[in-house]
Amino acid sequence: MLRFVVRRLLWLIPTLLALSFLLFAWLRSLPGGPSSALLGDKATPERIAALDKTLGLDQPIPLQYLRFLGRIVTGDFGASLSSSQPVVSELSAAFPATIELSVAALIFAVGLGIPLGYLAARRRGGFFDNTTIIGTLVGVSVPVFFLGFMGQKIFASGLGWLPVSGRFTAGVDHTKITGFLTVDAVLTREWDVLGDSLWHLLLPALVLGTIPLAVIVRITRAAVLDVVNEDYVRTAEAKGLHARTVRGRHIMRNALLPVSTTIGLQTGLLLAGAVLTEKVFAWGGLGSLLAEGINRRDYPRLQALILVAAAVYVLVNLLVDISYAVIDPRVRVR
Amino acid sequence: MTGLGTTKRDRLDALAATSSEGGVSLARDAFRRLRRNPVAIIGAVIVVAFLLLALLSPLIAPRDPYIRYLIDEIRPGLIPGPRSGFPLGVDQEGRDLLSRLIVGARQSLIVGVMATLIGLVFGMIIGGAAGAIGGWVDALLMRFMDVLLSIPSLLLAISIAAVFRRPNQWTVIVAVAVVSVPIFARLLRGSMLAQRGTDHVLAARALGVKQNTIVFRHMLPNSLSPVIVQATLTLAVAIIDAAALSFLGLGDQDVNRAEWGAMLGDSQRFLDVRPELAYYPALCIIVVALGFTLLGEAMREALDPKNRR
Repeated sequence: MLRFVVRRLLWLIPTLLALSFLLFAWLRSLPGGPSSALLGDKATPERIAALDKTLGLDQPIPLQYLRFLGRIVTGDFGASLSSSQPVVSELSAAFPATIELSVAALIFAVGLGIPLGYLAARRRGGFFDNTTIIGTLVGVSVPVFFLGFMGQKIFASGLGWLPVSGRFTAGVDHTKITGFLTVDAVLTREWDVLGDSLWHLLLPALVLGTIPLAVIVRITRAAVLDVVNEDYVRTAEAKGLHARTVRGRHIMRNALLPVSTTIGLQTGLLLAGAVLTEKVFAWGGLGSLLAEGINRRDYPRLQALILVAAAVYVLVNLLVDISYAVIDPRVRVR
Repeated sequence: MTGLGTTKRDRLDALAATSSEGGVSLARDAFRRLRRNPVAIIGAVIVVAFLLLALLSPLIAPRDPYIRYLIDEIRPGLIPGPRSGFPLGVDQEGRDLLSRLIVGARQSLIVGVMATLIGLVFGMIIGGAAGAIGGWVDALLMRFMDVLLSIPSLLLAISIAAVFRRPNQWTVIVAVAVVSVPIFARLLRGSMLAQRGTDHVLAARALGVKQNTIVFRHMLPNSLSPVIVQATLTLAVAIIDAAALSFLGLGDQDVNRAEWGAMLGDSQRFLDVRPELAYYPALCIIVVALGFTLLGEAMREALDPKNRR
């Protein structure tokens, strides 16, 4: 087990190195060279020359790459062009908002997706199954931001049940501890704040969760179908075990293995979808930062965001892999 | 392996394993099954209708999509709806919505097809080289592809599109294409590797056929079917991703160009005035993406040896 974990962790090194190399190449390909791109409107010949020197652009490429590595390891991504603040502090301020939204979306997608997938598989070929499959195919074909528009129009400006945008109602007092509004509210027992932030969270989370939901339903359905025809399921049923026992112990326990990997992969979809969802709902997380940064070609910010997103994605999937090995001993042998 | 994209990779490898073993018969068999599958028929009908619309759009469009016919009637809070001569009404600039949607089909087709083709060509070169040469070339190329797969696809497209100061149609195409390169590379490599051990390749090798001939005449043609399936699915994703880039301001900056993603993105400001400005382009994107997805899924199912009877 330990060997498996160590081997997986070691694989992380070449992946992250290659990623940093890619990012370095990307930085070099920016219009007008890295310095002028990183300075944006503030670029003057003197400033460019000064930054060239700081970045070491007068030195050989391999050395430049090493210095670049040194800077990103120490979290030095420079100052954002939009806000003039260090990119790192911008990011850490926005991070909780995105995590909160993504986790809520994932809870929705997993909580609804696994039961739906299971039911579809058990009623294979029936009306419910066909409707669910068509639903998932349509679900992945809808642009996320259109779904956001519609949610806003129907539930917010139309029915007035939910807020149009933002994370909280202006004027509601928050005690900031972790930056996660819901967690902070629970910690301080400010139940009205908790209600308010959940109320704001609902619509964006449903929108963001739609595509992961469609994917999880399909994978669960396929996994359950693979398992239900196994001999051990038939044996369990023949033994006269309670249907609930067969479902829990024999079917779902095995079917959920591929599903758990898929859930890890949804982080990618969530991070990408967050850019669109947060823009629609003016959410103020990493996605909003990115969407804003794009128009101003805020390269220092983009650079840090790409790295953070890729690192989160890789790490989450690593954790899923490891947890997978904990659940399923067969994986460790490979 | 860091496990990034384990399932995506597994899925690609599984698809790669469906590359034909029995030559023509499987393809013919698959085609027969495809014709009997209603899902495939619906997908094919949508795709063909879309292709015709895109190709013939200048002939079909009732009006010039760029002329601001009703610009004088547009006020804050008022955009004229359907009337005679403008069956779907006009957009926020007073241009005929129906004509813009029809011309937009061509735009989506160009972006979708070009992005998929470019991704396909580069992916096949990389995947083919990795599969045919093997050894450290294979390891190096595939490691690099894995890193590309480790960046969430839309974010990768965004970062590529953002490199260009003035985004246009081609920067969108390139950004969307790059995202699909590792997918095709991985897929083709997988099916080439599966081909390596097959009887006909071993027989050709035993007969002393040259390596190049084996690769191009024996391995490549038999590896193509999963790639075609993936290309169909990629087209759907390309059209949706291009729309997302437009929404984020990374699409074509030409405000005149009729493009579904841009039309949809622009409509957000007018949702309360005329929501139809969002409904129609969104409907077009959804239907076309769904068409390609249905066709691709049906093809994958038909090619799956497990379903062979």
